[in-house]
This record gives sequence, structure tokens and C-alpha cells, in this order.
Amino acid sequence: MFSFKTKSLFGQTKQLEKEIDQFVDILSEVGLLFKSIVLAYLNSGITDKFDETVKQVSEMESRADKITKEVERTLYEETLIPDSRSDVLRLLEHLDEIIGMYQGNCYHFSIQKPNFPKEFQDDLIKLSETVVSCVESLCLTVRSFFRDIKSVRDHAHKVTFYEKESDKQFTSLARKIFDSELSLDQKMHLRYFVEKIDRICDQAEDIADEIQIYAIKRSI
Amino acid sequence: MDLTIIIFLLGGLFLGWSLGANDAANVFGTAVGTRMVQFKTAALVCSVFVILGAIISGAGTTETLGKLGAINALPGAFAACVAAGLSVYIMTKFGLPVSTTQAIVGAIVGWNVYTGSSTNIKILFTILSTWVLCPIIAALIAMFFFILTKQILKKSNWHLLRLDAYTRTALLLAGAFGAYSLGANNIANVMGVFVPISPFTDIHLMNVFTFSSKEQLFLLGGIAIAVGVFTYSKKVMFTVGNDLLKLSPQAAFIVVIAHSIVLFLFASQGISDFLHSINLPAIPLVPVSSSQAVVGAVIGIGILKGGKEVQWDIAGKIVIGWFFLPVMAALISLVVLFVLQNIFNQTVYF
Repeated sequence: MFSFKTKSLFGQTKQLEKEIDQFVDILSEVGLLFKSIVLAYLNSGITDKFDETVKQVSEMESRADKITKEVERTLYEETLIPDSRSDVLRLLEHLDEIIGMYQGNCYHFSIQKPNFPKEFQDDLIKLSETVVSCVESLCLTVRSFFRDIKSVRDHAHKVTFYEKESDKQFTSLARKIFDSELSLDQKMHLRYFVEKIDRICDQAEDIADEIQIYAIKRSI
Repeated sequence: MDLTIIIFLLGGLFLGWSLGANDAANVFGTAVGTRMVQFKTAALVCSVFVILGAIISGAGTTETLGKLGAINALPGAFAACVAAGLSVYIMTKFGLPVSTTQAIVGAIVGWNVYTGSSTNIKILFTILSTWVLCPIIAALIAMFFFILTKQILKKSNWHLLRLDAYTRTALLLAGAFGAYSLGANNIANVMGVFVPISPFTDIHLMNVFTFSSKEQLFLLGGIAIAVGVFTYSKKVMFTVGNDLLKLSPQAAFIVVIAHSIVLFLFASQGISDFLHSINLPAIPLVPVSSSQAVVGAVIGIGILKGGKEVQWDIAGKIVIGWFFLPVMAALISLVVLFVLQNIFNQTVYF
């Protein structure tokens, strides 16, 4: 009974480690897809390839949801990591929200088809790149929370850096949009998109702050 | 077996039961309280290893208690157990982390005084000094393991979940060791006073294996401890795990291992002989308090963390317990012996 329990404990642990790694992989990959979607949209508008990539993001979001539920079930049923369980589940839920935000932005492009004039496109690409870099740093923060707690602070610091960059880029782009000759409705429409993309960084920073607290709680 | 013998043995079995109910929590309390180990698993491992520890390594500490005062009549041993049990109950009501160890020593001294037998002052002094040493050594061992564990965790980069699995396994192994040490060290408190007047006879199996009367007594005491673990320790484990000691699972492991090593050190004939053979002072084999070993270990960790989390009031209560508990047990022992001899016409000594 004893050896069986011990064996199954280590087996489950390995499986859960894999699932959490997969979850973070999804978060990172969805970011890269988002970047390519923005580029594709600005270059060619809504194409089959664009739709296919949006579909891919949607599938990944569903997989992430599935993993979150599976991890939640196993952690509670097997009473694993009783000390950090609620922190880990909250963390996965908040990370899942970022994947949802990426997905939401992709759909907004697909449904609302915003018209970004050429003069704003470079700034929009830069902003989306900063957002993706910010989330990439968040992925590293998450991975280090699970495996290398002393590096959490370094990665979280980078998340904060990119969040500030993104704020600056958002303000600059929003100012450019409102200083332009576009109609007010178009200005509002573009500002909505820019703001939505920038919000991903705010969420990433909030999560990085949370992880730093969880890391302090994890010290023996 | 005579019914009166069974009644008198019940005194020791009651002490065994209360030891199982309370001290098992020191071994598995944090693990069960933090839900790292299931109660059923903890109770099973604890019971098996307590019995093994009592039978295999329980002789050393029993011999020391025997030297302090060899109670030579069953009613006398019964009185000592009742006095120890009562005084522990009273002190626990006042929230003092006391143990049967201090109580039984007081009760034996009480018997010595009542019967006019001489108390071996040298042995008494050795026992008293180990009470002081026990939490101090536990604190030092805990500090060592705390630093070591921190270094290992820093370098290992284990996944949070893998660390959890390792910690569970470590808690279970440390708990098994702790239960073995508890049985070895504390069986003397439960059955020690009955050894010189054991109602059992040696059992020989085909001239190969001998189950001595002392071992039969220890088995009985071990079973009483196991019954205490199964029937009453769950509540105490959750109290220890959730209310008294708010520790991380890794710190909980350190506390259990420090506690177990201390109890083992003061019960191991092998280590004592080894130290003696290399001209070092041999460790006296004395029953020590597992509660105080745990508190000592927690204080050790607290000091390393900067001293803010150290509950000095509990440390103070331990010191109070060193003085009050044996005195109270000795006084109660005198009263019970008087009552048994003069009201129930029992022979309390020969």
C-alpha cells in the first residue's frame, strides 16, 4: 500500500509538472501567434491565413482551460502542495485571463476590422512586440516560481520594465491618433484597440507582483 | 493472571495511552495538520515504529529509571503511574508543554521518600541535566538542518510539485524514525516502573528466540501507545499542525528530524557505547520530553529567522515545568501511596 502510494505520488507529480509546463508554453506561443496576427492583419487584412491563425489561438485557449481544470482537480483531489495550492490555482487562472485577452484582441481584429493608417502601423507593431516581450518575461517568472525561486525577482523586474515601455508607447500612439486628421469615431475606434493591447501588460505586471509575494511565502 | 495485577498494570497502560495521544502529535502533528500526510498513514506508521522502538531499543532508558528507584511492589508502581498521569493532566490544563518523563521521575522520587529508600542523586542529576540539554540540542540540530535544507533547496531547483513529493516522503520517513525513537526513549515512562516486578515470564521459542518478560511488558506498553495514537491523537495532531506551530512543510520536516535525533541520542545504547569507546563522555540513556524537543527545534529555527517568531513565553513555561511537574508528581505519589497502603491495605513496597 505504502510503496504504491509513494509511486503514484511521484507519477502524479511528474504529470502535473508536465501540464503546468505545457500551460506556460501555450501562454508563450499564443503571444507569438498574436504578434504574427497583428503583422498579417496590417500587411494583408483578413485572409485565410489570418483566420486560420485566429482559430489556432482559439484552440490553444481551450487547451489551456482544460489544463487549468485538470490541474485544479488533481491538486484538490490528491491534496498536493497544501501550502501553495490556492496560490498556484489563482496564478493559473490569472495567466489564463492573459490568454483570453490575446484571444479577445484577435477576435476584435477579425470582427471589427479596424482601419489603421500607415503612419500608425509601425507604432502598433512595436507596441504588440513590447506586450509579447512583457508576457515572455512573465512566462520566465512563472517558470522560475516553480523551479528556481531565487530568479523570480529578476524576471519580474523585466515584466515591470516592459509594462512601463508599453505605457509609454500606448500614450505616444494614442496622442498621435488624437492629433491626426481622422474623424472622432475612427480615433475612438483605434484608441480602443491600442488600449486593449496595452492592458495585457498591466495584467502581466499584476501577476508578476503576485508571484513575488507567493515566492516570499514559499521560503522555508 | 491475577485480576489485581491487570488493574495495577492499567496505570501504566493509561500512561501509554496518553503518551500515544499526545506525543504522537509531536512526530506527525505538523505533517497531518498541514495535510501533507494522511492521518491513517501517520497512525499506522507511528504505531508500528513506536512498538518496534520500545521492544528493540527501550531497555537503556528503563535501566536508568530503575537506578533512580527500583519500585518493588505492583501497587507502588501503580501509584507512581497514577501520580505521573494526574500531574501531567493538571499541568496540561495550565497549558504547560510538560511530559510524562518529568512526572514519572518525580513520582519515583516520591516512592523513594515514602518508602525511605535512598534516591541516587548522581542519576537524578544526570536526568535533570538531560532535560535542560534536550531542547538545547534539539535547537542546535534544527539550526544545522535548517541551514543545510536551505542550501540544498537553493542549489537543487526542484519543481514546486517535486519538492512537495520529496517533502511528503521525508516527513513520512522522519516520522517513522521519530516514532521509533519515541518508543525507544519513552517506553521507560510507561512500563519502566513495572520491569523489576514484571508479572510475565520469559517465553522461549525452540531455544532460538527468547521473548523476555521485559520485552513483553514493552510490547504491551507499545500497544497502549498505539491505541492512544489511533483513538485520540488526531485532534491533537491538528492542534499542533494548525494552531501551535505555523511552519512550512520543509520546516516541519526539520522539526521532526531534530526531535527524533534527540530522542534517539538519549535512547541509543550503540551510540553511547561508541562514544565511550573513543574516550568521549557517553550519552546518558534517559527518557526525555518529546514536546520540549519539538519546542526547542522550533525555537532554533525561529532564532535563525531573526528571532521574531520565537515564542519565548513557551520557553519560559518549559523551565517552569522542569521544577513544578516533578515536585507535584512526587507529592501526588506520596498521597496515592498513603491511600493505597492505609485505606486499601495494599503493600506498596517490600
